[in-house]
Amino acid sequence: MPKYTLNINTSQKTVETEPDTPLLYVLRDYLELSGPKFGCGLSQCGACTVLIDGSSRTSCMLPVSNIGQAEITTLEGLENPSGKLHAVQEAIIKEQAAQCGYCLNGMVMAAVSLLNKNPNPDEREIKNALEMNLCRCGAHTRIIRAIKIAANTKD
Amino acid sequence: MKAESTPSRRRFLKDLGYISIGFSLFSSCLRTEDQIIAERIPYNGDLPGSLKREININAWIKILENGRVQVLSGKVELGQGIRTAIRQVAAEELDMNIENVDVLLAETGVTPNEGYTGASASIQNSAMSVRYAAATARIELLELASKKLGVTIEELQLYNGRVTQKGTNKVLTYSDILEGVQFEKEVAIPIQLKKKTDYRYVGKAIPRTDIEKMVKGEVTYIHDLRFPEMVHARVIRPAGYDSKLLQIDTSGLKEAVSGVLKTVVNGSFVAVITEREYQAVKAERFLKNNTKWSSATPLPESENQFEHIKKIANPPENIRNDGDFDNVTKSVKTIKSRYNKPYIMHGSMGPACGIAMYDGEILHIWSHSQGIYPLRDAIASMLNMEVEKIHIKSAPGAGCYGHSTADDAATDAALLAFEYPKKHIRVQWSRNDDQKWDPYGPAIITEFEASLDEKGKINSWKSDVWTDSHSTRPNKDTGTILAARYLEKPFHMKSRGYLAGGHRNADPYYNIPNMQLNAHYYEGPLRVSSLRSLGSFANIFAVESFMDELAEKAGKDPLNFRLEHTDDQRAIAVITKIQTLTESQTTIENEGIGYGFMRYKNTDAYAAVAAKVAINSDNGVVSVIKLWAAIDVGEVINLDGIINQIEGGMIQATSWTLKEQVTFNASEITSTDWNTYPILRYSEIPEVEVAIIDRPNEPVYGAGEVPMPPTSAAIANAVFKASGKRVYDLPIKTLTQNQN
Repeated sequence: MPKYTLNINTSQKTVETEPDTPLLYVLRDYLELSGPKFGCGLSQCGACTVLIDGSSRTSCMLPVSNIGQAEITTLEGLENPSGKLHAVQEAIIKEQAAQCGYCLNGMVMAAVSLLNKNPNPDEREIKNALEMNLCRCGAHTRIIRAIKIAANTKD
Repeated sequence: MKAESTPSRRRFLKDLGYISIGFSLFSSCLRTEDQIIAERIPYNGDLPGSLKREININAWIKILENGRVQVLSGKVELGQGIRTAIRQVAAEELDMNIENVDVLLAETGVTPNEGYTGASASIQNSAMSVRYAAATARIELLELASKKLGVTIEELQLYNGRVTQKGTNKVLTYSDILEGVQFEKEVAIPIQLKKKTDYRYVGKAIPRTDIEKMVKGEVTYIHDLRFPEMVHARVIRPAGYDSKLLQIDTSGLKEAVSGVLKTVVNGSFVAVITEREYQAVKAERFLKNNTKWSSATPLPESENQFEHIKKIANPPENIRNDGDFDNVTKSVKTIKSRYNKPYIMHGSMGPACGIAMYDGEILHIWSHSQGIYPLRDAIASMLNMEVEKIHIKSAPGAGCYGHSTADDAATDAALLAFEYPKKHIRVQWSRNDDQKWDPYGPAIITEFEASLDEKGKINSWKSDVWTDSHSTRPNKDTGTILAARYLEKPFHMKSRGYLAGGHRNADPYYNIPNMQLNAHYYEGPLRVSSLRSLGSFANIFAVESFMDELAEKAGKDPLNFRLEHTDDQRAIAVITKIQTLTESQTTIENEGIGYGFMRYKNTDAYAAVAAKVAINSDNGVVSVIKLWAAIDVGEVINLDGIINQIEGGMIQATSWTLKEQVTFNASEITSTDWNTYPILRYSEIPEVEVAIIDRPNEPVYGAGEVPMPPTSAAIANAVFKASGKRVYDLPIKTLTQNQN
């Protein structure tokens, strides 16, 4: 079985797996990361979102053989080495912006991707950026509020 | 279920794994604490059912040797924040810092058997049981300490995990007092409860601690559990509900997919076990293409479902008959309407997952089931095992909003654990199976006939409801669990399940002299069970839409019309509050504001919801701009927990109302993913505003289901205000499809 060396959360990880194994399964099953979630496997819900070179992308249909040396960041990789969480993570805790929390991974990653490109988004831009991320509990309005707070947090 | 009674509960503290700190007398002086001991008031009321079944303190409260308090609850975390609410009431009655209180949720043999987590009843039952047990534990600690120190209880005070003799430096910890064993006392009235005005935690917006774990990607859900040498499995579901396996060809599987460990065929139950998770996905795909199934009984097609329901329904059963509807309406003109609500699905973000391991003696199961004890009964019966040999531990899943597929995934894993023993088997359902095999919220037809008196008040009202069962949850009836129906020796569901949830709230909570309610039960073509608020969602959509129709006929303002029909001050309070919240609103062309009111189950929480909608004049698309709620759930335990549930519920109900409908054709269910079963997305999310009326001296009611029903009615009534078109069929989708 082929080996793939991936750049994940700033470290090099090698996995031995079939070329068609999607990145999500590499992250969860081989590397035992719990941040990205399996929600549909069809790239419809956003629960499995990761950052690839800083931009959000679903990982459930992306074969490991297509990744190469792209920089992959998962939820776990947002925390800086001193243990400080990303402003979006902090704001979600502060606003209690979750019920079951299963969609949160995707919401956080999509929001971080947005703020990377647009540090001061308005409500419409936030909604656009999260349009492909589904939430069933209805935590949307709290998540929007948290992202606005995160955008206004100056580190 | 009292199998695991006193001996195991009466475990010594050190068995719980903490180091003994022994008897000690602290020399700190606690004068500041002297002043904040709250007053206690005797409680002589009823005890909740859960507590009556498990009456010993030690079923609910344990003292760990490190001084922490461990609370046991048989309920499960569904994203509703029950853990935090239970922590609050325990910390409150024991005057304990909340940081020193832990809550252990549902595990067979460990926590009380509290049946299912549902019906918005966890606060009433579990949290109230914990309140009374904790208050009793407090008195017991004081009594034991008074004996130990040879002083009266009045000379003692209990605070933050210690009992102090006032005016001295004598301090006992709880483990000093209990001398290494757990409480051995039953809860009995009168119970000395803390005076509500002295609360530190209850009623406050205490933050949940699990959100930080979620946002950091720590192991939270059953999906995240990993065990050494765990293997993966998928089940190849039949082509339709009653299809049978005709042929399976596994040749070529091992060449096509690596890591295949075993293929399991038991009657029409087909599964594959692999080393890695994605190998199971590929093996499932391979086997799907290499199995032949008999065709299933044709479904009626979703377009004709309501005609079909009427055709197959039983003769009506009279549920309620106040006054004399039939006689009163003989000579007066009546107004009639009919409303339809289709099948809708739970649509959890995380498809079901189950893990099981058979160690040669005990079958261990991890499940996000809402009822681990009843699930244990079902699995024990399926496998012909003693219940004591099955151990089920609850682990959170993604939000499920009722009885979804969690129990079925656990059942799959349990069956496979025997086929492949000594290894943890993890079964992850696919999105397609989760949507196709979901026990949906049933389709409901609600018909009304009513008359007004000369003053424009309702004189007579008749409701007829066509409904299927609203709970086919797992229990001793083994056919309630999916896989059991497909085994070589299949189990078929014997009972029809819980029917009464179907007419819930179909008899309006208004003063109407002649009121009749009839239920027409049907056994429909699709698998069904409990979905958040059961029949109330369809029935309140209908009742409150019809109230607006009647108000229109009477020439009255909709809210004032409702106020004319109630003298319940709490109902009046939520209606008046929603009036105040929306009075400054203005609308432009194609916009409208509508209202819905409900007392949930006609006995529990009160809710009034307002919706402001806009209709796109080009394409008829309805969008909800803002929703307001005025809610009275009695005593508030966690303020932010309730607000969060109400906000989220209104948004979910908006999704149900505007978009959702399970579709099917003669041969299959066609709502199999998020494209074929669309739900509300960010661009469609309304603004939400919630007002809670706290009534600390009233009994506590659950909040989880409360926002669902009145939201749908508020939206439908707002659509009428905006367009003059009455909504009779859900989902609303675009107005052109709903012209009447």
